[in-house]
Amino acid sequence: MTSITLSAYRAPELRLPRLLAGVSYYHPTALAEHEELYGPLPLPASHDNTGRRWPESLIDLVERSGLTGRGGAGFPTGKKMRSVAAREGKTVVVANGAEGEPASCKDRLLLTRAPHLILDGITLAAYAVGADEAHLVVHAQEADLMASLDDAIADREALGVDPVPIQLTGIPARYVSSEQSSIVQYLSGGPAKPTFSPPRPHERGVKGRPTLVNNVETLAHLALIARYGDDWFRGVGTPSDPGSALVTVGGAVARPGVYEIEMGTPIGQVVMMAGGPSERLQALLVGGYFGAWLPAEFAWPVPMAHADLRAVGGAMGAGMVIALPVTACALAETARVVSYLAEETAVQCGPCMFGLPALADTLIELAYQGGWGRAIKAIATLVPLIEKRGACRHPDGATQLVRSALTAFAADARWHDRHGPCHGVGRAPLLPIPSDEEREWDWT
Amino acid sequence: MSAFLHGPALWYATRATGLVTMLLLTAAVLLGVLTTGRFAGTSNWPRFLTVGLHRNLSLLVLVFLALHVGTTVVDQFVSIPLAAAFIPFASSYKAVWLSLGAVALDLLIALVATSLIRNRLGLRTWRWVHWAAYICWPVALAHGLGAGTDRGTLWVFVLTIACAAVVTGVATWRFVGAARAGAR
Amino acid sequence: MTYRLRVNPIACTAHGMCAELLPELIELDPWGYPILASPTVPASVMDHARRAVDACPTMALLLEDATGPPLLS
Repeated sequence: MTSITLSAYRAPELRLPRLLAGVSYYHPTALAEHEELYGPLPLPASHDNTGRRWPESLIDLVERSGLTGRGGAGFPTGKKMRSVAAREGKTVVVANGAEGEPASCKDRLLLTRAPHLILDGITLAAYAVGADEAHLVVHAQEADLMASLDDAIADREALGVDPVPIQLTGIPARYVSSEQSSIVQYLSGGPAKPTFSPPRPHERGVKGRPTLVNNVETLAHLALIARYGDDWFRGVGTPSDPGSALVTVGGAVARPGVYEIEMGTPIGQVVMMAGGPSERLQALLVGGYFGAWLPAEFAWPVPMAHADLRAVGGAMGAGMVIALPVTACALAETARVVSYLAEETAVQCGPCMFGLPALADTLIELAYQGGWGRAIKAIATLVPLIEKRGACRHPDGATQLVRSALTAFAADARWHDRHGPCHGVGRAPLLPIPSDEEREWDWT
Repeated sequence: MSAFLHGPALWYATRATGLVTMLLLTAAVLLGVLTTGRFAGTSNWPRFLTVGLHRNLSLLVLVFLALHVGTTVVDQFVSIPLAAAFIPFASSYKAVWLSLGAVALDLLIALVATSLIRNRLGLRTWRWVHWAAYICWPVALAHGLGAGTDRGTLWVFVLTIACAAVVTGVATWRFVGAARAGAR
Repeated sequence: MTYRLRVNPIACTAHGMCAELLPELIELDPWGYPILASPTVPASVMDHARRAVDACPTMALLLEDATGPPLLS
């Protein structure tokens, strides 16, 4: 057991929802409502930010709970916290709410509707790793979101809830800017572009100090684990992937949106939660634009958990499932996404800034014009020249998507290569890409 | 001995080493510009040759510069203290022109020293200091024209102008080319 | 002690000197950027590797302990 007071009396009796338990359609959950639903923030009464640098009990609790990062990488959160807490000197906590993936809305939902879960998580994380600086980062374009978060933070400040003040920062709405090293560089006064590692943020992060960077959903889970304990967290999910997760379901489903699932829920069941397919499906894109295409029938029973998805060549990513109907062309969709990713490079590393546009061009040609029998070969030559040769994972995401497309849709690709575009290319685009107005075109 | 120290031998040596230093420095600067300008890269002239020569010639500049300073200081015909090689206005003889030489020498020491410990300094610091080469070289040329006793000689004058022209031309090529290619 | 080569892709601006000096291990891709054949450096080309690292104008080629932290995780 731990030395932190657990609000057991408020533990939800239903398995789900957890994070989305109090979400209202109309407005963000206010601080008072939040505390009534979940109980007050469980910081020890004698909290001393300068004295106690090693609140072992909270980090132990997180490790025992098996919480993994919900931002895409799935790294064990307890381990990450421990590695930051172990460093000398004051540390920094950064909550990454800059949801770069256009197909993902879960972080947005949490930030707009359950901000206090995230803010609780930040404060708890700051306490656990001995931080004296805390940041919440979102896209600067989102003025309304920033305003509502400002209000939430102000409400807490008025009551002195957070010992370490939480600073809200807006970063440029570029795809690569939501990567953790970009955020760290931006908060240190540089451009919002990825940096070369080592050093990693937990070694040298914001202004050179050890920095804990977590996705906002991860911190929301932390807020509940601190209240109800590790056994409660493990009450849903699987032994290797415990807890619940938010997934964004989109594409050809009856009710696209964000759903809270138990980790390990089969993909088919997730699609049914979203109202089931609205048309006959050919495939599912699981894990977002860094994920993989899986044929629909094959994907249906696969559990949404890290190991299971990796075993079939996919990835959990930031929990996205996009349903592709038979009337659409996967190659056209992939080509559009890769074009978007090619425009979103940080323009720092040669293989990415030259390779991705070349790859995008070849894919566009294959999808919309036909490959004259050479496109697949050209793509196969380009992919190894691009992957793992950049400073960040941006090019790897694109190549992973392309690889899985050419595997899952090998027959379609061969057909396109020889005959040209299929009827599906004329269908309205399915995979979301931000509009030009939503995108940031310079780096300031 | 006195005749040696007061005679023309050291004076010839100063002028000769000064001239050679100017040529070597010009070549070094030229090769530096060609390095960043991505000159050649063929099997006849690989790129490592450009950067390698740039480094070696820079070190050779130091050798001839040491001789140039040494012969000037030892020469008793005009009394110039060693300090004048490093500190501006430390000599009364041709104060302004010698000061330019001192400035160029100081900058050169900074350039070479930072380059030798580049690994420890990091790229940004090193690069920031290295821009000083574009100050060092024209200052050195001006020193030659002002302090040098050969400026009246036509071939020396023409040589100096030729050095200036070549570097200016190549530098223009490099910067205009870079501007056209966009920021990178 | 075995060494490995690593390229800092942000610092690299495709000058190509590394490939000239260490063709045994470094090739250039169609855009002029280095592809490392094998991360570890055999003792036979160690001198050439050092020279290549030294020649890089942007210090983008790094020689490090092969037992260091894993690459790109």
